[in-house]
Amino acid sequence: MSVDTATVAKIAALARLKVSEEELAAMVPELNGILAWVEQLGEVDVSGAEPMTAVIENHLRLREDVINADPLTGGGKRDAVLANAPAAEHGFFGVPKVIE
Amino acid sequence: MPDLTELTVAEIRNGVAGGEFKATEVAEAFNANVAAAQAALNAFIVATPEKALEAAASVDADRAAGKPLGKLAGVPIGMKDLFCTKGVQTTAASHILEGFKPEYESSVSQRLWDAGAGMLGKLNLDQFAMGSSNETSYFGNVISPWKRNDGGPDGKNWAALAPGGSSGGSSAAVSARLCPAATGTDTGGSIRQPAAFTGISGIKPTYGRCSRWGIVAFASSLDQAGPMARDVRDCAIMLEVMAGFDAKDSTSLDMPVPAWEAGLSADLKGKKVGIPREYRLDGMDADVAKSWENGIAWLKDAGAEVVDISLPHTKYALPCYYIIAPAEASSNLARYDGVRYGLRDLPDGAGLQDMYAATRAAGFGAEVKRRILIGTYVLSAGFYDAYYTQAQKVRTLISRDFTEAFKSCDVILAPTAPSAAFALGEKSADPLEMYLNDVFSVPASLAGLPAMSVPAGLNREGLPLGLQLIGRPFDEQGVLNAGLAIEQRAGFTAKPDRWW
Repeated sequence: MSVDTATVAKIAALARLKVSEEELAAMVPELNGILAWVEQLGEVDVSGAEPMTAVIENHLRLREDVINADPLTGGGKRDAVLANAPAAEHGFFGVPKVIE
Repeated sequence: MPDLTELTVAEIRNGVAGGEFKATEVAEAFNANVAAAQAALNAFIVATPEKALEAAASVDADRAAGKPLGKLAGVPIGMKDLFCTKGVQTTAASHILEGFKPEYESSVSQRLWDAGAGMLGKLNLDQFAMGSSNETSYFGNVISPWKRNDGGPDGKNWAALAPGGSSGGSSAAVSARLCPAATGTDTGGSIRQPAAFTGISGIKPTYGRCSRWGIVAFASSLDQAGPMARDVRDCAIMLEVMAGFDAKDSTSLDMPVPAWEAGLSADLKGKKVGIPREYRLDGMDADVAKSWENGIAWLKDAGAEVVDISLPHTKYALPCYYIIAPAEASSNLARYDGVRYGLRDLPDGAGLQDMYAATRAAGFGAEVKRRILIGTYVLSAGFYDAYYTQAQKVRTLISRDFTEAFKSCDVILAPTAPSAAFALGEKSADPLEMYLNDVFSVPASLAGLPAMSVPAGLNREGLPLGLQLIGRPFDEQGVLNAGLAIEQRAGFTAKPDRWW
């Protein structure tokens, strides 16, 4: 499968990446080169192989059902959470207006 | 007094503990080397000499007070700028995270500070760890301290060389004696390949050994932290401190950390070393092939039996990786939205969606965008099964190949990279050609196995070559021991001339 300019523009929109016409034109052959190369995976006989889910056997743990069990990742960290926000206001993340 | 910057981690630790020199003297010596090399090598994004001195002063005070010292007391290290460090800018070498000062410390770096190590600075890398040459950093290329010994007829061979990637700042800094050890992270070879390019050692442990909490995520099912240092013992010392269970990482292994340093032994009697026939590529670099032959002879000399093994799906590892890693990256990097941290680009009159797209366009470099697009495409409706599910099935087969192979051997020996270091710019025009550099390192990553690179000698141009050892899950000791056997026989003492 190969991608055309319209497809790459659509993927870029899905990925929330603004791309110029020139960038699009340059990306189409690059992505096609990479996709053509990865498509050799299609020739592998994968019958009997389940998709990998965990590379090393492990089990998912549940944390203790306790409020603030780990103070570092518990609550009460508003100012720390906002410290790096480009436009924090009144204790919230500021964003451009989203209601018309 | 010896030149403190020529000492290994073990020598610094022992010398500080024994009172031969002070931790502050060590920190000062390395701080001076860092400052002197910055303009030429660009190995650090931020130097933190005050942090190194502060940690060292604390160690000296503890020693004077007769308090017990940590396993890395007095050892200053470099921290790859992918680890969040509280109050110190953490960028992943990207513009989008420029100025980001984490409010918390990564689990791995915290373990190192708790053991008495100090931070010399944050090391440069490929942007979001995506690259094999350290040419994708927003903060400029890292220049390898190594030079080819032959300028060539046109003088071109004097060109600046790649330190490898993505942990290129780490590899350059350790080999140039700017730090005795550094942290790295390895997603498809990002510890092993730069270690090989610069004549140092580096180990990626079993997936889950080192906590990923606080490490800027690239491909979560592959990312593993590990140490880079000048020799195998130093890697063992560092890894013992870096590894360990962490409840904050859901894939962290809840297992005790073995005493790897105490367990080091170069006696390989009774061990079987597998040589994978599929790694013998057509047109293999003659010097790389020769160093592989040397490695086989050294391991035999150490008492090991050498056996031929087969890893039939090897040729599919790279394309498999270049579906899975971008897919995970596209998902992980969705968090950079110009709202919570990092860069915001808000064009006049732009709405929220426009702001996301403009921020991400301005904040990500070309290689990062390329991988986000590939990842988004292979995960999109209609293509998911053909690309992503197929790749995950192939990954199962690759992992199974290793399980089968380890029925007849204990450790696998292969080259780390298909060539010695290449010049900056030599491969950056063609993304595919760059990806092929990971051909020998990616399979062990896909299978989550411990793997290490150790220096094996110089090629005919005077550049280091590395040999790779791959072990069973959780058998870092077997990998370290085989690495030690090679190290003792390779007698690698070469180091770059100080031209900077």
